[in-house]
Amino acid sequence: MEVTRGRYNPNEFHEAFENNIIITTIEKALDFCRSRSLHPFLFGPACCAMELMQAMNGRYDLARYGFEAVRATPRQTDVMLVAGTITNKMAAVAKRLYDQIPDPKWVIAIGSCAISGGPFADSYCVTQGADKLFPVDVYVPGCPPRPEAITRGLLQLRDMINNPEIAKVKRHG
Amino acid sequence: MDSNNNITSIWDFFQNPIIMNLLIGVVYFAAIAAFITVLVIILMWMDRRVAAFFQERLGPIKYGPQGLLQPVFDAVKMVSKGNITPRNVDKLVYNLAPMLIFMTTLLVYAALPYGKNLTVVNLNVGVLYLIAISSTATIAILMGGWGSNNKYSLIGGMRTVAMIISYEIPFAFSLLGIIMLTGSMNMTDIINAQKNVWFVFLQPLAFVVFMITAMAELNKSPFDLPEAESELVAGFITEYAGMKFGLVYLAEYANMFSMAAIAVTLFFGGWQGPLLPSWLWFLIKTLLMVFFIMWIRWTLPRIRIDKMMKLNWKVLIPLSILNIFLTGIGIKLYQYFTGMGGV
Ligand code: SF4
Repeated sequence: MEVTRGRYNPNEFHEAFENNIIITTIEKALDFCRSRSLHPFLFGPACCAMELMQAMNGRYDLARYGFEAVRATPRQTDVMLVAGTITNKMAAVAKRLYDQIPDPKWVIAIGSCAISGGPFADSYCVTQGADKLFPVDVYVPGCPPRPEAITRGLLQLRDMINNPEIAKVKRHG
Repeated sequence: MDSNNNITSIWDFFQNPIIMNLLIGVVYFAAIAAFITVLVIILMWMDRRVAAFFQERLGPIKYGPQGLLQPVFDAVKMVSKGNITPRNVDKLVYNLAPMLIFMTTLLVYAALPYGKNLTVVNLNVGVLYLIAISSTATIAILMGGWGSNNKYSLIGGMRTVAMIISYEIPFAFSLLGIIMLTGSMNMTDIINAQKNVWFVFLQPLAFVVFMITAMAELNKSPFDLPEAESELVAGFITEYAGMKFGLVYLAEYANMFSMAAIAVTLFFGGWQGPLLPSWLWFLIKTLLMVFFIMWIRWTLPRIRIDKMMKLNWKVLIPLSILNIFLTGIGIKLYQYFTGMGGV
């Protein structure tokens, strides 16, 4: 019988290794899975929510990317979709709901109201954007943004979770 | 000599009936747990694709072949999600409830006939056991609702109790006709009795009542009142996060499969079928039944709570009693005309 121990060829070995085995860190693998199964928490206090509903339904169908399982309670969700005007009275509720989402969590601000107050920017009773309350990861501009834009916002959030370096970081004071 | 002695003593140790039974139990448990895990992943994918099909969408298709990897991602995410226990909950009851819900599901799987001579325990009171076990989940759901210390959870839990307890009556009654026909509660006997004709043709009324009550037992739309999103946020699972929610989710899909399996066993001849092996027939029939349940679920809107109670007490219970009556008359007439029995 021939002993195979002496015939080890490192190049061959590495080739087989690289082609068949994927090395990754647990963190990266988890991020990969998380970014592909974001359960959205619908927080739609105003008109942008209509566009969001359309993005969920036929033709635009967010479910293709696994963003479909909308849960009504914040405890079981991953990403908060702020779709609409946040009045000062609603702000406290919004903050509380955000705090109830378990980590890791993300926020998407949909529409100019959630970005900066939009048409009501100089109103006495409107919060000037969701990022006054909690950190926002992706901004989707428009009044209202089209369903395509909302889909793209979610896809960008997916890429951002996969590779955090591509995101520009906005500081919160 | 010494080592030989040791080996014999180890062998004797395994020959001990208590140890043997324990080991076999562990193997059974592992097999069922693995079966459920694979099954739920397939069912989750199927549920989403079927829902999308009925709503003129595509559903998850982007990840993996036909989107089959989507439930895997969901499962990994759920396991790695932060596990919140709210400050004011009753910790023992709150943490115990999801485990108990999953345990009752596991217990149901012990008595299902998966194929010819392929059941974990062949109980001679199989049907009774299934009815009893499937209603035990009520206690666990009420525990979840009570322990969460949340008004929506409590209302959801209460609704479940009211619903399942009242729907348990026509559920059990609709199966009585079959037990009268076969004269046995053993699942294998019931399957063997359907060699020539399936019971769905002999007991069509019972099948309709059974299907409606099964939807109610599963807490699925049109009877998803315990977790009606527009009224109760998410019912008794409102406060559950991460893997605790995952367990409830898992149990929900596993229950759907076990209910479909019971329907197939009792009304569609179980694992019987030509050519293909029996376990494959069982899987095919049960998955078709699951598709039927999903079809109902995604087609009908939610029913109001008072109407649901009315439907149960004023329609389903009289119908199921009528079915028992008709079955009795039918059996007697059959015996009279064929000259069997002592009429
Ligand atoms: S951005 Fe425009 S469409 Fe959206 S909520 Fe504000 S006003 Fe309505």
